[in-house]
Amino acid sequence: MSLSPERANAALHEPGTTHAHGSRKGYATGSILSVVLTAIPFWLVMSGAVQDAQTTAFLIFGLALVQIVVHVVFFLHLNTRSEGGWTLLAFLFTAVIVFLTIGGSIWVMYHLNANMMPMPGNGVGNMSGMN
Amino acid sequence: MTEHALDGAAVRRTWHLAEEDQDHSTDGATLLGFWIYLMSDALIFASLFAMFGVVGASYAGGPTPREIFDLPLVALNTAFLLASSITFGAAMPHMEAGRVGATRFWLVITGLVGAAFVGIELYEFSHLIAEGATPQRSAFLSAFFTLVGTHGAHVTVGLIWIATLLVQLGRHGLTPAMKRRLMCLSMFWHFLDIIWIGVFTFVYLFGVIR
Amino acid sequence: MTDQSLLKTVFGRLTWESFPLHEPILFGTFMVVALLGLGIVGAITRYRLWGYLWTEWFTSVDHKKVGIMYIILAIIMLLRGISDAVMMRVQQAIAFGSNPGFLPPHHYDQIFTAHGTIMIFFVAIPLVVGIVNFVMPLQIGARDVAFPFLNNLSFWLTAAGAVLTMISLFVGEFARTGWLSYAPLAELAYSPDTGVDYYLWSLQIAGVGTTLSAINMVATIIKMRAPGMTMMKMPVFCWTALCSNVLAVAIFPALTAAFFLLMLDRYIGTNFFTNELGGAPMMYWNMVWIWGHPEVYVLVLPAFGIYSEITQTFTGKRLFGYTSMVYATVVITILSYLVWLHHFFTMGAGAGVNSFFGIATMVIAIPTGAKIFNWLFTMYRGNIRWELPMMWVLAFMLTFTVGGMTGVLLAIPSADFVLHNSLFLVAHFHNTIIGGVVFGLFAGMVYWFPKAFGFKLDEFWGKVAFWGWVVGYWIAWTPIYVVGLMGTTRRVNHFDDPTLQPYFIVAAVGAALIVVGILGFVMSIVMGFVKRDKLRDLTGDPWDGRTLEWSTSSPPPAYNFAQTPVIHDLDTWYDMKENGYERPTEGFRPIHMPRNTGAGVILAGLALLLGFSMVWYIWWLSAVSFAGLLVVAVAHTFNFKRDYFIPADEVARIEGKRSQQLATGV
Repeated sequence: MSLSPERANAALHEPGTTHAHGSRKGYATGSILSVVLTAIPFWLVMSGAVQDAQTTAFLIFGLALVQIVVHVVFFLHLNTRSEGGWTLLAFLFTAVIVFLTIGGSIWVMYHLNANMMPMPGNGVGNMSGMN
Repeated sequence: MTEHALDGAAVRRTWHLAEEDQDHSTDGATLLGFWIYLMSDALIFASLFAMFGVVGASYAGGPTPREIFDLPLVALNTAFLLASSITFGAAMPHMEAGRVGATRFWLVITGLVGAAFVGIELYEFSHLIAEGATPQRSAFLSAFFTLVGTHGAHVTVGLIWIATLLVQLGRHGLTPAMKRRLMCLSMFWHFLDIIWIGVFTFVYLFGVIR
Repeated sequence: MTDQSLLKTVFGRLTWESFPLHEPILFGTFMVVALLGLGIVGAITRYRLWGYLWTEWFTSVDHKKVGIMYIILAIIMLLRGISDAVMMRVQQAIAFGSNPGFLPPHHYDQIFTAHGTIMIFFVAIPLVVGIVNFVMPLQIGARDVAFPFLNNLSFWLTAAGAVLTMISLFVGEFARTGWLSYAPLAELAYSPDTGVDYYLWSLQIAGVGTTLSAINMVATIIKMRAPGMTMMKMPVFCWTALCSNVLAVAIFPALTAAFFLLMLDRYIGTNFFTNELGGAPMMYWNMVWIWGHPEVYVLVLPAFGIYSEITQTFTGKRLFGYTSMVYATVVITILSYLVWLHHFFTMGAGAGVNSFFGIATMVIAIPTGAKIFNWLFTMYRGNIRWELPMMWVLAFMLTFTVGGMTGVLLAIPSADFVLHNSLFLVAHFHNTIIGGVVFGLFAGMVYWFPKAFGFKLDEFWGKVAFWGWVVGYWIAWTPIYVVGLMGTTRRVNHFDDPTLQPYFIVAAVGAALIVVGILGFVMSIVMGFVKRDKLRDLTGDPWDGRTLEWSTSSPPPAYNFAQTPVIHDLDTWYDMKENGYERPTEGFRPIHMPRNTGAGVILAGLALLLGFSMVWYIWWLSAVSFAGLLVVAVAHTFNFKRDYFIPADEVARIEGKRSQQLATGV
């Protein structure tokens, strides 16, 4: 595109056209949060601090979700303004589809397995639809 | 029906843009378009995660997660990938300020750290295969290798992309087109770190505590 | 290295046996196709048209040309797809009792697999993508789509997939596993030959094209609407195009993943969908239908949009209930993602799961019904002109509603336990696809053909096409509903019950009528071209349309709009005509345009090579073509000279010519 640099920069910063800027502070906050939110789950599992596996699973699941939000907000600068709100809408829509795909698949496959006759090698945790 | 103003005169409408600027209506579409592509990539990973969720416990009498996952190594790898996200973030203010040299410096660091991530992952895979924990051994292992391997392949593509941009930055400097490309790569790189959060949580950590 | 192993290294598993030298039907078909192909290639060479084709069409990034190429591809593949259909109909009409027919199961299975695969992936999808490509940017007042090069690449990737499927007819064999190629039948253990590999590679390559195209269309509609065109002032067709493409972006990754995992099973022996070592074949079904159900809405939503546009144009009234149409479209988009299990109710998910999906499936009929009522209310008290596009709309309304109703019937899990995989099901989906999608696409082609080429289609042959299709559809598929309800299974090449034969004979007659319809359509193009001077569209607005595309000349200039239009109301062109719109005749500025490029053709060609070599296990060629893809893709990013300017006086010349045409009618 043969735009002059000033024009191009202006184009880059037109309202609703391009990215949101990250501030140095934002990056720093996001970085520190990410490191912490990564260290905690690894520590939890490797040290076995919480005895109950279920609780540990809930905790690290929650921490993962939080860290994903941290990345999306501080590194990807997702907010209600970028691209007139379309990036946020796309992200939320994708999140719904991800939830439906993973949750729906596991729900369906679990039930498909439930009606199968028990066979050798079919553990309880097994969700293969056939053997 | 012709519109009329209050004093009865017909209102003349504007039918065309008065200031017909150079057409840069597509300037703004690249970043949104790339974002939408990332969403579609997220859905490929969602399918792979779903597959892993379904067969993740189908060990077929073979190796289980606890037997094969080396958590300290995974923690190191995770640290590398997160660090590379942070170093890429360090490049962006320089990019916005137009400092080509500093931008390229942080890109190189990101690439090296990213390459370390891929290297460790290749080491992990070859070690597992040598021990008999091959992708063919069980559905769990098939899903593990594919999910983690697909992520690693994406990181590798990112590395090629970094190398390409380094060359192009050298030739063209920080033009608007180059900035757009760097912003797309930035989104890509951070996105891969987000996927990795899912991987280390649901594959490695969940696998060990199951 | 021995001779044998050298041959294997160079040619993989490709041998002389891979060619159908001993199969008369295939060999005959090949000779006809080869002669036809040589004829066409010869004619192009003789009239020195290669340069023209390359510079004006193959390398074009103009959305209008890319759209037309998609449609041409689709029509060619329609001829192949309908040939498969005719063969099946003939076989099923004669193969009773001691008569085995002429298609043993081995061939019959390939034919029904190829028929479905081709019709969905290489006819319906390209037709929809082609029409959206041509029409949507014009309707939103844009000059092209957001990513013109990607548009060109998407087309060529789709074409590469189609070519790979066509190659399978003459080199090796196609899949025999049905158009979705279910596991575990599609696994290496049960389908060791090239069939499923051809299927997977064709569709993966084409799928990349479709995904990229969908991203392109979504970005275009969001970012490139002309000033003043808010989302709620956008033509309904653009709303349906947006929702369809959003859905496509959401679902093609699932299909890509499912095919990728099946490929891994077949190529490196993983156990995703095998019967052993923990494999979960039903997960393939699950993933493929997560794609498969929304896919039919990807196809039908733009058809609904076409109906909306045509209904309002030919009733001379604004579409009734624009807002509710938009909401209905969005609701259908979301709901279509919640129903996929109804394709395998019988596979044992249990009552709870089945009920949820059954109810969700029935609920989708509600917004669809709302749309039908809106079209009816638009027609009510309207000044209806029964031109050909409007006739297709009426045929759709009468045909598709029946299909929708049988769908609601099938949505009841207990009913589905009887009807699953019967011919009733087959009739249902042909009812909705033909009545909904195909009729809509024909309506759209007739409606927008004059815009694309500057002259209308021949009306007599257009009516032959219409009546052939509509009467043919009803005669072909009503008996299939009946035998299906009586319990006849699908995908069967021979029957023992002679009382069924009359039904199949009637169905074969119907299929013949549909062929008449298709030939009629081709003739309407040919005769339209022959009589083009009489059928010329000189005003750009042959139907008294209401949307922006009719404000341009027929065909529009490369840049679409000399000056970006400013939008004031819904039904923009109607609003312009009513409020004293004047075409700009001066003050033109240079127009920024994207350059043509051959990179799309080359990348798709390399992808085709990669697919072919992977099918035949020619590993060295796979490595070379994969490396080539990488190199060409990266090299293309070094090309920064991707645009040019149309000078202002060139624009003035083109616009001046149009002014003259409008004034003098020449």
